[in-house]
Amino acid sequence: MSVLAWTYLIVGASFALYIGIALWARASHTRDFYVAGGGVSPVVNGMATAADWMSAASFISMAGLISFMGFDGAVYLMGWTGGYVLLALLLAPYLRKFGKFTIPDFIGDRYYSNTARTVAVVCAIFVSFTYVAGQMRGVGIVFSRFLEVDISTGVIVGMAIVFFYAVLGGMKGITYTQVAQYCVLIFAYMVPAIFISILLTGNPIPQIGFGGELSDGSGYLLAKLDGLSTELGFAPYTSGQKPLIDVFCITAALMIGTAGLPHVIVRFFTVPKVRDARISAGWALVFIAILYTTAPAVAAFARLNMIQTINGTDGAGALYAEAPDWVRNWEKTGLIKWEDKNGDGRMFYAKDDRNEMTIDRDIMVLANPEIAKLPAWVIALVAAGGLAAALSTAAGLLLVISSAISHDLLKKMLMPGITEKQELFYARIAAAFAVVIAGLLGIYPPAFVAQVVAFAFGLAAASFFPAIFLGIFDKRANMQGAISGMIVGIVFTAGYIVYFKFMNPTAGADQWFLGISPEGIGFVGMLLNFAVTYAVSHLTAPPPEHIQHLVEEIRVPRGAGEATHH
Amino acid sequence: MTPEKRQAYWKRNLSTLLTLLAVWFVVSFGFGILLHGALDKIQIGGFKLGFWFAQQGSIYVFVVLIFVYVRIMNKLDREFDVHED
Repeated sequence: MSVLAWTYLIVGASFALYIGIALWARASHTRDFYVAGGGVSPVVNGMATAADWMSAASFISMAGLISFMGFDGAVYLMGWTGGYVLLALLLAPYLRKFGKFTIPDFIGDRYYSNTARTVAVVCAIFVSFTYVAGQMRGVGIVFSRFLEVDISTGVIVGMAIVFFYAVLGGMKGITYTQVAQYCVLIFAYMVPAIFISILLTGNPIPQIGFGGELSDGSGYLLAKLDGLSTELGFAPYTSGQKPLIDVFCITAALMIGTAGLPHVIVRFFTVPKVRDARISAGWALVFIAILYTTAPAVAAFARLNMIQTINGTDGAGALYAEAPDWVRNWEKTGLIKWEDKNGDGRMFYAKDDRNEMTIDRDIMVLANPEIAKLPAWVIALVAAGGLAAALSTAAGLLLVISSAISHDLLKKMLMPGITEKQELFYARIAAAFAVVIAGLLGIYPPAFVAQVVAFAFGLAAASFFPAIFLGIFDKRANMQGAISGMIVGIVFTAGYIVYFKFMNPTAGADQWFLGISPEGIGFVGMLLNFAVTYAVSHLTAPPPEHIQHLVEEIRVPRGAGEATHH
Repeated sequence: MTPEKRQAYWKRNLSTLLTLLAVWFVVSFGFGILLHGALDKIQIGGFKLGFWFAQQGSIYVFVVLIFVYVRIMNKLDREFDVHED
């Protein structure tokens, strides 16, 4: 069977599964829609959280990024996992005890202010839309390369599927679909990684093979990569190039941003107890770690395979006329380019002026099975996995957008008189509306999609995290403090990113504040937010008695009812 | 629950958090970033130690930290009789 036939078969089967689950898990109450009825077991919730969290970026782009960045790729590995420790220890159990549906709910109630609630709603919607645009784009890329339809058709099919289970099932439908999607995506990620690890190092566990010796007897894999990189004019693979302060700040901004992302936090409202919220963060990280510890191995394998295919094992350059199919296939999508500068008909990849190749980072994971000459069904599986990763994340984000509109904006502020049935109706309308906008962003991607991802994490770190953290750990934190802190954090972070990404994108590291890149500035924004909230809170009147009592209450687990309206 | 008991529970909670977060910081920001150059002089198999912490080790430690936290807190909840059901 051809790769195309396999892809239609496997992708089709996985879609049928998602639709089946959606029909089985329809939501009939707002509680089902927002928090899956609050009765999800911690392991199931952990798995759904993992699928929710691991997006097209984790599945498709991350190993490729690491493969080009070497050591510096650790910012993503640590940044996108370390946040779960903060989440489990500092936020999840207390937010579960608080027992509402959304982040703006917590911020609005804890700081007894609709202004604070509004700031939180705007941030939640902005962060989620930024993020969802990238997912729809990922769906488009997978469809166009593997199913040979154009990107727009791919995005529309993806939209239809998400529309179906997110609008119908809400959080309940999404949770159970995400469990299925996790299984698809982790299987799709591990199979090629294990195959390639065996081929290169003889060890079936990629995490160990990665530090092992190559089967062809040329020594340790990482040592060989260091050698090749130096020869070709790159920095050694295992040593970093970014300044330490920037690596530090980016890692911190990603960790804290992760802990502050609304679609991740909301998952901890779906479990029955505080104890379950704690352990379910642990399970989520276990399921995430399986992929995240494999990714750097995949990155190293892919780098070695790619260099050896293009430059030939003798390092003289491979003849273009004899180039493997994957080079031609990806050339068609414009993601690989070859320019025969010295006219010898051979391809060559290097950092210096010997280089004749332009290779997009995003293709490394998708092309990896082809580069390693794996069977057709493995290639098809990777396509299904990429789609599972993108769709599961998109669905989680759409739910945040829809609940921010129907619950926080309409029910809590504009139309407090609506019944539960009406609220559910508006939630579905909002979800449907969000799906369409997300799809449009996928079909007509604004040129700045890649640049705005820094925004999502930076803003989550600089706005939500300090407000929630101090709301729990500092009884004295009050409305004035939280509002001014959030505003200072957001304005500083957004201003810095807009300036260096859009207004003055050519400005180099020497103009950055202390050498911190826009990707890492959310960390500084967060520190500012902390300082301002603390100072203003302690200079103004303490929060009212009942709020201080509320803080006392969320600090002890007993008496956590189900997530409620009141 | 008396205010004193509440305070004692919260104090124990905070000291648990501080200890675990110290480990979190040392393995990731310490071993993986700030000390990565120095630790790279130690080689284990094909891995330089600093590189291993940055791309593998810190993630394993994160997972362990959460499960340790869950264990400690469940015990603490029982000790102070604030556990659920």
